Amino acid sequence: MNNIIKKFLPQILAILFVVLIFGFLTINAQTNMDNRGIDFGFGFLSQESSFDVQFSLIEYSGSDSYARAFLVGLLNTLLVSFISIIFCTILGVIIGVARLSSNYLIKNSAAWYVEFFRNIPLLLQIFFWYYAALRALPLPEKANAWFGVTYMTVKGYYIPSMVWENLNVFLYCGLAAIISIIVLRNYANNLRDTKGKQIPVLLYSLALLIVLPLLSFLFGGVSLEFELPQLKKLSKISYIYEGGISLPPELIALVLALSLYTSTFVAECVRAGIEGVSKGQKEAAASVGLTPNQVLKLVIMPQALRIIIPPTTNQYLNLTKNSSLAAAIAYPDLVLVFAGTALMQTGKAIEIVSITMLTYLTISLTIAAIMNWYNKKIEIKEK
Amino acid sequence: MQTINFLKPNRDNIKNYSIIGSILILISLIDVISNAFLKTNLTSFLPGSLTTLFPLIIGLIGLNMMRIDYSGNKTLDLLNKNINTNNFNALLTLLILFSIIKALPPSLSWMIFDANISGDSKDACTGTGACWTYIKVWFRRFMYGMYPNEFHWRINTAFILVIALGFVGYFMKENLKKYLALYYVIIYPIIAYLVIYYLISGGSFGLQWVETGAWGGLSLTFIVSFFCLIFCFPLGMIFALGRRSNLPVIKYISICYIEFWRGVPLITVLFMSSVMFPMFLPEDFFMDKLVRVIIAITLFEAAYCAEVIRGGLQSLPRGQYDAAKSLGMGYWKMHIFVILPQALKLVIPGIANTFLALVKDTPLIFVVGLAELAGMLALAKTNPKWLGFAMEGYIFASIIFWIICYAMSKYSYNLEAKYKTER
Repeated sequence: MNNIIKKFLPQILAILFVVLIFGFLTINAQTNMDNRGIDFGFGFLSQESSFDVQFSLIEYSGSDSYARAFLVGLLNTLLVSFISIIFCTILGVIIGVARLSSNYLIKNSAAWYVEFFRNIPLLLQIFFWYYAALRALPLPEKANAWFGVTYMTVKGYYIPSMVWENLNVFLYCGLAAIISIIVLRNYANNLRDTKGKQIPVLLYSLALLIVLPLLSFLFGGVSLEFELPQLKKLSKISYIYEGGISLPPELIALVLALSLYTSTFVAECVRAGIEGVSKGQKEAAASVGLTPNQVLKLVIMPQALRIIIPPTTNQYLNLTKNSSLAAAIAYPDLVLVFAGTALMQTGKAIEIVSITMLTYLTISLTIAAIMNWYNKKIEIKEK
Repeated sequence: MQTINFLKPNRDNIKNYSIIGSILILISLIDVISNAFLKTNLTSFLPGSLTTLFPLIIGLIGLNMMRIDYSGNKTLDLLNKNINTNNFNALLTLLILFSIIKALPPSLSWMIFDANISGDSKDACTGTGACWTYIKVWFRRFMYGMYPNEFHWRINTAFILVIALGFVGYFMKENLKKYLALYYVIIYPIIAYLVIYYLISGGSFGLQWVETGAWGGLSLTFIVSFFCLIFCFPLGMIFALGRRSNLPVIKYISICYIEFWRGVPLITVLFMSSVMFPMFLPEDFFMDKLVRVIIAITLFEAAYCAEVIRGGLQSLPRGQYDAAKSLGMGYWKMHIFVILPQALKLVIPGIANTFLALVKDTPLIFVVGLAELAGMLALAKTNPKWLGFAMEGYIFASIIFWIICYAMSKYSYNLEAKYKTER
């Protein structure tokens, strides 16, 4: 009897507590909305949004619906996260390896880099790049070309855009290259396991990856032209670049801040991963006659990656969530477009904030689920 | 097999080689330094890009000549081992040295030599360097926000009192130490709240009422992070225990709570607290924006805290639980006296990281209109009398935050070392 009470009483109390809180909040919301004459519903999503977004990946104008505005914001969030993830990975791996260098200067520079960028709030870093550093850039008419064709100006970064003809042929060739590489790898693994023969897979894969797309240019009728940004006079004092792609300064500031900030965390993950592989592994691999490259590829990396990948994915997730700081410098991401402008216009606070939160929650939980599955897969199976 | 021994020293001739090598390195350093500080190019007689590469090449040859496995000379061996193990390392060493030397003069002259600090208006800033006058004039605003100047002593006194009360644990008598946890978890937050309410808000004891909208600057950062810190820890502990519980309902409630808060960005949580939360309150019930924000951040960080504490709980061996149970301890006794003391010791670095993240997150309250340091900077930046000093402002704020966060992380290392027990 005593045991049953011990078991069920806390649970019933917990349920009651949660139900009471939610009930209390819902009743309040109900009365508040009735008083203010607001009705609850998601019908507004199909209404005309009638606001403009400065930068969007898909066609969008004020006559489109709120649902499309949501999509624009989501795509912008994903874009900035994607670019930042690439940069922060490259930087993070370099810094993480540099922290293990035998060179005193490199080791300490890397350590100070980490200490420096990690201990300044991300919002301040974004503000610094956006309001201070990027404002010091030249006006369009005074900008010097970087790499000959790109222009870094105070109004944004202008890069040439690609004009493809028969792009699908090129993509099919790329796909064919990837498939043949997978087949080749399987074949090579099979050959190694059954006959003990080794073939240089990496070399062949690189060749395939270059040759097949190249063939598409020669025989598939694919052609690529670059549209260069051209300086154009708008009025007496105002110039702008036309043609090509323009990346707004908000995007650049955000990518800079996010990738520098997150790269410090990635660097720590990489360092911990490499340090986590015991020295004996390396020595043992060398003593069975593997070359240094093979030691790295077959012994060190698989073990280090097992330690590195889970926390690094976590950092990527943090980066994606942190990209919502874009709202502070008016980069039209999900939070600014949807939880900012759309909320102001419709006044549907509850619906819009919940949709925004649920979107982030979905992204996080999906990646977390994939990570859990991956972790289970690579776990060392002890016998 | 005969190996090519070009410019390679051995133990006999290392003395001559090292002298020539150091002379070459010295030449390269002199070239770079004169280039950076005096703006003169000593090697202008060389053609084209060779001028810029000259110090690098000379330095590399110098370092190469000094490289030897073991020379017997302590300084040389130390140098070789640390910065000169192979050509690639030598190149990186030189590049880092040169870029530091190159970057020094412009940053120094901007920050110190060409900078202005005198005067109290924008006109005082005539130089090409930084305008620290701006920071000087706005300093009180950056620290205290729009809080009336004549009442700043109230904020200072409140902070000193709160900090002093926080140190009570150090001076507590031995026989009272067992009540420390109770003090820090329940009594201290209440006292701190009362101190801050009556001193900073005022409204009684003859102190003028200052509404929270006027609070701001770094002091607001401290207030928000302080309250979130002391509240999120116990809350996190509850949810960590909940997630480890055998009772399914409690377990799943905790999991939902933790995963929900960890899955959303703080900025949406703040939006929720400022636009959505008032809708969920009773009609005639008003809750201050600052309080709502503190509640939101506390709930948010508690989830992260819970995960860290759970990590500590999980890493304890089962034997500890079994031993405690075999002594006849119940759930609460077991956790309070056996499990938690050990688990919390293990998670000190993790907790410190969470707290650090919390402090770094506080500037975000700017997006819902609370003007702490970052918000005050944004305000000062758009003041028509002080346009164009964004750089100085953000550098100032970055330095302040950096010092706070760096000190916190170093302190956590100390704590970790202090409480480390051999297992």
